[in-house]
Amino acid sequence: METVTIPAELEAYWKQLDCGFPRVAEVFPDCMREALASLSKQGVEDYIENARFLGKMGRGAEPILIFLEEWPAVARTPGEDALPDIMEFIRKMWKSPNGKAITPFLQSLPVTIRRLHTRERLRDYLAIALDLMERTTSSIHGIHQTFPSPGLPEMFRQVPVLLGQLSLTGLKNWVDYGVRYYSGHPERQIDYFGLQSADSRAVLQRERHGTLLADNERKLDMYLRGLWNEEDHLIPYSSAFDELRQPVPYYDKLGIRLPDVYDDFIPSTPVSTTTVRPEPVEGLCGSTGSPRTDERVLGIDRYRAVLAHVAAHRRWTTAIYADNMSPFQRMAAEFFEDSRVEYLAMREYPGLRHIFMALHPAPAEDACDVEHESGVRHRLAMLSRAILDPGHPYRSPHIIEFVQRFHALLDNSESGTQAMADLAVAFIAKTRLKSDNFANTHFKDTVVDYRDDNRQMWKFIEEGDEEEAFDEPRKIEPGEELKGLPPRHYHEWDYLNQSYRPDWVSVYESLHPSGNASDIDKLLAKHAGLAKRLKKMLDLLKPQDKVRIRYQEEGSELDLDVALRSLIDYRSGATPDPRINMSHKTSGRNIAVMLLLDLSESLNEKAAGSEQTVLELSQEAVSLLGWAIEKLGDPFAIAGFHSNTRHDVRYLHIKGYSEQWGDEVKGRLAAMDASYSTRMGAAMRHAAHYLEKQQADKKLMLILTDGEPADIDSKDGRILIEDARQAVKELDRQGIYTYCINLDPKADEYVADIFGKQYTVIDNIQRLPERLPQLFISLTK
Amino acid sequence: MTNKDQYRILKEPFYRAQSDEVALYEAAYAARLPVMVKGPTGCGKSRFIEYMAWKLDKPLITVACNEDMTASDLVGRYLLDASGTRWLDGPLTVAARIGAICYLDEIVEARQDTTVVIHPLTDHRRTLPLDKKGELVSAHPDFQMVISYNPGYQSLLKDLKQSTKQRFTAFDFDYPEAGVETEILSKETGIEAGLAAQLVKIGQAARNLKGHGLDEGISTRLLVYAATLIKAGVAPRAACRVALVRPITDDADIRDTLDHAIDAVFA
Repeated sequence: METVTIPAELEAYWKQLDCGFPRVAEVFPDCMREALASLSKQGVEDYIENARFLGKMGRGAEPILIFLEEWPAVARTPGEDALPDIMEFIRKMWKSPNGKAITPFLQSLPVTIRRLHTRERLRDYLAIALDLMERTTSSIHGIHQTFPSPGLPEMFRQVPVLLGQLSLTGLKNWVDYGVRYYSGHPERQIDYFGLQSADSRAVLQRERHGTLLADNERKLDMYLRGLWNEEDHLIPYSSAFDELRQPVPYYDKLGIRLPDVYDDFIPSTPVSTTTVRPEPVEGLCGSTGSPRTDERVLGIDRYRAVLAHVAAHRRWTTAIYADNMSPFQRMAAEFFEDSRVEYLAMREYPGLRHIFMALHPAPAEDACDVEHESGVRHRLAMLSRAILDPGHPYRSPHIIEFVQRFHALLDNSESGTQAMADLAVAFIAKTRLKSDNFANTHFKDTVVDYRDDNRQMWKFIEEGDEEEAFDEPRKIEPGEELKGLPPRHYHEWDYLNQSYRPDWVSVYESLHPSGNASDIDKLLAKHAGLAKRLKKMLDLLKPQDKVRIRYQEEGSELDLDVALRSLIDYRSGATPDPRINMSHKTSGRNIAVMLLLDLSESLNEKAAGSEQTVLELSQEAVSLLGWAIEKLGDPFAIAGFHSNTRHDVRYLHIKGYSEQWGDEVKGRLAAMDASYSTRMGAAMRHAAHYLEKQQADKKLMLILTDGEPADIDSKDGRILIEDARQAVKELDRQGIYTYCINLDPKADEYVADIFGKQYTVIDNIQRLPERLPQLFISLTK
Repeated sequence: MTNKDQYRILKEPFYRAQSDEVALYEAAYAARLPVMVKGPTGCGKSRFIEYMAWKLDKPLITVACNEDMTASDLVGRYLLDASGTRWLDGPLTVAARIGAICYLDEIVEARQDTTVVIHPLTDHRRTLPLDKKGELVSAHPDFQMVISYNPGYQSLLKDLKQSTKQRFTAFDFDYPEAGVETEILSKETGIEAGLAAQLVKIGQAARNLKGHGLDEGISTRLLVYAATLIKAGVAPRAACRVALVRPITDDADIRDTLDHAIDAVFA
């Protein structure tokens, strides 16, 4: 093996480093020279000292190599004095069983430091990492710190991505979430911190900075509808995980694809623009306006820019054949066409100009070295800028000529896609350079990120023998048959964290299977006596439409009794009562009711002191109640629910608001069946989204249950109780009054926690069929 | 006898015909057929009736209907005075007596039982029984019944009975098309056509949102308000916000979108 000789002047340092790894010796001289050039004297001492420690740590050559190579460059950003913090952290890892994480940590360090800038922020970051390490390093049966943290190395691997999108607070929340839910589950912890699990990405999304599409979908939908008279689905794609090749907005028949988040656009620092760009020449192409609006563009306006661009394409672009054009010609045609539709859009809405101007890059004319790199993109970006910006600084005669030709075509006309393609072909021919075919393309400042990928602009005579076939644009999507409704996701409240777990519960809605309707009629017949008594109460409750209001100063008619009395008073010299009119008002009853039935396994138990199961009694009670409400004429719906973990909450539709209380509904009621567990909060939220849409003065949700909220995937019993309580609060805010009828004699322990005072516990379950309608009547009196 | 002249329209109101509605109305009046004008708020229904009353030189009695309005508010009622009770004609009775055009604005706002009192006046009988007074008023030969009705906020509760609907000839109104509306704005307020066209564009953006958070788009009336403010020297953006956006919505998302539309139109 070849030995590497250490130059004489570095011999002393080499000795001090005392390192036997041959790979270190290879790079040592170069690293050391850089260190000597950039570090202070003390800094060099520390450099060697700490490198020596890393080399002796017993973790192979990797840590010392990374450190030797990276530190001199890194030290410039936060300063050399950050080194003790870092080394202290490494020592802590080394002493704990987490030594394996040292290499990923060191690997991520340069990027991390570049993102964090200051020593203070670095310290905060190390504290977060330390916290993660301590909380996930597990011990069993009191043996101190036996197992290394599974998540820590994963986190270090992801940290460059994470810090690109999260603030430190966001990172902390993300780490906290992972530690809290996955500390007892090493595999899932790795998935979480490796950004593999859906949860992890969801929490990341929640903590992100920037303008989220999800939060602004309604606004953007209105924008499209209002200003462009278009409607389409806005479909987000993730911009978080593709660092190398950022996806571009596009649209197809399924909808408009947009990035899920846009940060506010901050124009690059004026320093770079003023130094790189030549001063605009006076008199040339009449540079009057400001050459570049150096202003911030809000995230929402960036979305609007994309939508305006897409809407303009949809309005003005007609697809043309691509087969006879070279890739350069097509690229040029796309640039021209983009400029054309934007030009037309700005004719419609002149205010778009300043957004487009701020977002469109302004490539410097001399930025591209045409001797060594291909300048096609650069030329086209300049041209596009020059069309957009009347005060552009470019002096190239070609650019000026084609800008003029473009404007001549569009003067008082809309021109067309084909005309742009012709112009593009001419432009490419005229400006062609030898270097255009170089593989090394000049990309800086040539990407206009609010433009789409123009896939709709092209059609092909010959199917796909070139380029990639974009997800088969001409394929007719088969009319997909809808089997059941897609799941709806609901948040779940986590009281420990005092926050919602995003999209935690999946609720599947389906029609309740049908049974024999006559069973319910038999039940009603059985309770005929009770029904008669109820009917009396119902008649009293029935809305009395017209009510006379007397003693009104203004009213529809004279109230003769009062009028005469006033007249007598008047004649006899006393002050007459002026309230001699009467009027009428209608007093209606306007309540929408939702009856939510807990159909969990426990309903199959026999009720205390009865031959019937709780389920059968509930069935009787609900039948009577349904009958009673129908008699009253209030709109009402019935649904049942049970759950089998958070992934499978079943919401069974029994009666909808628009359905009649007929055989179909009775049939479903007759087939009522009980199984699984009780995840109440999600079912309530789902039921509420129906009730909410009812137009009624009062909205009442009755929940009939026989036990506390529970599910087999929830170890902590409190969580689902607190979630249900939170659901009650949410419903209250939506103007829905919740009321619980609980059949569990021990319910007092928890039911008040969930429903406050809005509950009744029915101890004697046998009387349920009687009590339930009565309760309803007294609630709505 | 009531003074008829107070109900006359003396000056020609500005009205820009959208199609042949003027001739049709004249024909309907010639036969004394009752007329119903339908359309969204602020699209020129009332202005049209006013214009026709001026053109035909007939008195016009307008009643704005509301939820609390009762039949006696239309027909009349007994009042007390020193010597006992005194009958006071309601606006409908007055119109029938003097031969005016009686215009019930936003008739759906009135309760359904109230609107039934107009039935005998709107068919061949042309009479109005005052049951409380024991009088049967025969309508003056010039009398005509006109109602306006906004189908926009059609809910189950606010609709006309079929028996009421089927007594009228109906004119459908809508916001005028962009060119006509621009002309209306500049004629009515005197702003220049370019500015008027920009206002109309904003109006159209809002009208596209109808049914997606907005119950009604921006009406021509509001556009006139905005134009009036601009004419009075208010900056266009501020005028639009005050006159066009803030009145029609409290929804932050819509407000934001429309504010953006204003910025997009006024570069």
